[in-house]
Amino acid sequence: MSTAPIAFEVSRATRASRIGGAAAVVFVAFLASFPWWADHGWMREFNEMACYLIFAMMWNLLAGYGGMVSIGQQAYLGLGGYALLVMGNFGGVNPFVAVPIAAVLTMLVALPVSKIAFRLQGGYFAIGTWVIAEVFRLSIANVSAVGGGSGTSLTALRGIEKATRVSVTFWLCLVAAVASVALVYWFLRSRQGLALLAIRDSEIASESQGVNVRATKLGVYLVAAFGAGLAGALYFLGNLRISPDAAFTVNWTAFTIFIVMIGGIGTIEGPIVGVVLFWLLNKYFSEYGTWYLVGLGLLAIVVTIRFPRGLWGYVAHRFDLNFFPVQRRLVLHEPPKD
Amino acid sequence: MTGWIDTIVQGVLLGGLYALFAMGQSLIFGVMRLTNTAHGDFIILAAFGAFSLVLAIGLPPAAAPWAAMGALLPIAFGVGYGLQRFVLNGTLGKDPLPSLVVTFGLAIVIQNVLQEVYSADPRSIESGGLNIASVPIGADLAVGTLPLLIFGIAVAMAVAMQWLFDRTAIGRAFRAVSDDRDAAELMGLDHRHVYALATGIAFVLVAIAGTLHGMKTTVSPADGPALLLYAFEAVIIGGMGSFYGTLAGGIILGVTQAIGFRIDPGWGIWAGHVVFLAMLLFRPSGLFPKTR
Amino acid sequence: MTALLATRNLESFYGDFQALFGIDFEIAQGEIVAIIGANGAGKSTFLKTVAGLLKAKRDAVTFEGEPIGGMPTGKIVQRGVALVPEGRRLFPSLSVEENLLMGAYAKRPGPWNLDAVYGLFPILAEKRRNPGTALSGGQQQMVAIGRALMSNPKLLICDEISLGLAPIVVKEIYDALPSVCAGGLTVIIVEQDVSVAQRVSNRLYCLQEGRVTLSGASQALSREQISQAYFGV
Repeated sequence: MSTAPIAFEVSRATRASRIGGAAAVVFVAFLASFPWWADHGWMREFNEMACYLIFAMMWNLLAGYGGMVSIGQQAYLGLGGYALLVMGNFGGVNPFVAVPIAAVLTMLVALPVSKIAFRLQGGYFAIGTWVIAEVFRLSIANVSAVGGGSGTSLTALRGIEKATRVSVTFWLCLVAAVASVALVYWFLRSRQGLALLAIRDSEIASESQGVNVRATKLGVYLVAAFGAGLAGALYFLGNLRISPDAAFTVNWTAFTIFIVMIGGIGTIEGPIVGVVLFWLLNKYFSEYGTWYLVGLGLLAIVVTIRFPRGLWGYVAHRFDLNFFPVQRRLVLHEPPKD
Repeated sequence: MTGWIDTIVQGVLLGGLYALFAMGQSLIFGVMRLTNTAHGDFIILAAFGAFSLVLAIGLPPAAAPWAAMGALLPIAFGVGYGLQRFVLNGTLGKDPLPSLVVTFGLAIVIQNVLQEVYSADPRSIESGGLNIASVPIGADLAVGTLPLLIFGIAVAMAVAMQWLFDRTAIGRAFRAVSDDRDAAELMGLDHRHVYALATGIAFVLVAIAGTLHGMKTTVSPADGPALLLYAFEAVIIGGMGSFYGTLAGGIILGVTQAIGFRIDPGWGIWAGHVVFLAMLLFRPSGLFPKTR
Repeated sequence: MTALLATRNLESFYGDFQALFGIDFEIAQGEIVAIIGANGAGKSTFLKTVAGLLKAKRDAVTFEGEPIGGMPTGKIVQRGVALVPEGRRLFPSLSVEENLLMGAYAKRPGPWNLDAVYGLFPILAEKRRNPGTALSGGQQQMVAIGRALMSNPKLLICDEISLGLAPIVVKEIYDALPSVCAGGLTVIIVEQDVSVAQRVSNRLYCLQEGRVTLSGASQALSREQISQAYFGV
């Protein structure tokens, strides 16, 4: 009997992930029905939050999993928006088709930029990326063809009926938001993702285990740029107007840091929780203007020092919940009794 | 030709101010590898602090800014010491994220509180006409008295900081803690106190820089991030760990911006950023890297 | 006779990993005690715990009869405990003299100052302006010992000072020990080389896997006893 092989399987699904998955499908289907009955204002609000979610998922991947704390991801958000504008206004590309292309173009720009950004580490990387974003902002503000500093409108959408435009934009945002969560989830479960988690624990140890640290980090950086470009293209597709100050403002990253830290950095659920919270705070407190922003800043400080795992991290730890299991669990089966 | 010489001279003098912005940052980098993303906002906070002190002191305009600066220095030291001791020390570690998020949060708090208290309008510290006085150099060249003064202070501060770092007991403690924190603890140092002293001194530099900046030009609550970037660029261009390097980095940045502005006002700041990025690409350790 | 330093049932952990299991140790004023043991036996952990670099229960460590376990390192140094760390740990951006001056940071009064250290190791006076890390291994070790003496400790703890040094250099350094102890200094040395440990110390403790397996007067212990305690065979 002692020769009987121990039966086991490597499992990643948890009970929560199965129930959560089913609930998510129902919820997304419900959202997808919005264009037939919901208020335009709701959809606009959703679009904006979807862009924040995509952007936050990517920042979380970059900083929370990749250890690359950037304050300059707005560079790629702005580039995504401007790529959409140029393709739509000057290239005659259908703006909806241009959205994914804009994200790919943004990723291509990130490749050479990474050469410069990767010269810096830690805190220096953070500020260095901010400088890079400023270079993009100032460069585009000097191009009069796209309206210079005051920006311009997305004229390519003029021929499209408003109802169609609003519905398609909404669906694109929904699909992109779901896809960005799926993309990050898939990435983390892939070999690359495993390598990334190893690097997060110890860069030197994983290097010695044959993990190509540089290539993995580059991969994360490019995926994050793609996502930021996607968020930017979608945001300005819904907004119809773009300017360098709106596209490249550091506020994008500021709010995102808030969302991710409050929600729970280094988890997939965190940014989702964070965006919902941000949406609620924004809805009920943004009328307080500067004091609202002071409150957000203080909240981010307190959470970082006192609750570094964020809201979701706390809940997940307390109740052992995990809707997006990235880790592998070894499940042993009872050997057959004889 | 005179025009270009004028541009270069203005750039050098501007670089002195940038070097002053940068020296506090340079000290904090050097001692504890902390990136304070609110650095620029603290400079602006200091400028507004000096602005209010000038109004409160009620001395003649020629003396008031200097008195305000003098009064601000001990306050700044206390704020820096306390901030490091009670907030930032807790965020230090292998992971740069906590310190970055906390200082970024501070930046947002400072900007918005300033906006609430002082409104978004630009303000300037009255200096009894010092900001428009000039000193003639040669036949058709004149430089502003205040920029010249600021440059002189920047050079003096670079010398003083380098001396402090290289020749004094406190500088020795800074270097020792930076080299090997555990070994320094074995000598009886309390690294939390040493870090707090470094930030306190950095904030004294911030107070000097902020007051002079407010005297030279107008400041508004949202100006901080730009100053942070200039300070950071000056530190990296100059090379980590040398205050003379930081001074040189500030001057290079100032001259580049001045030349850029002269060619086309839209590209001045841009030119500064690009020179910084080029530096990263071709000489990532800066002009005067620490040798030992 | 009360002990200068004593530990009672001292335990130490790295995270969840227990490295020391109830160490009882004592050393009297003026004694030289050696601690021997194989790699990973817990020697360095023991020293780090005594010096406050690792956590410990407050009354598990007493110095001059007062509990000091887990106190901040700085406070322990102020009371007169100096550790020469394994691997010397000189400050690379400080010169030889600056390294020595760092040792005096605690400002404890006593016979040791720059001149006294230069008297003990004259070569250091010549190299005083050089960066500490530009010296040979033996000279660096002299700086590390001098730096610890500069705090005028009552108890000097030396962790593996012979590691990586040529035998002749080791001898030179240990030859300085009697003059160091002339003023009544108490010394703990950790050594891999059993014969050196036995020769220079009054008493000896042997550690194995975080426990004391042997202790006694150095000269009274036989080779067999020691190798039994050392290797557990």
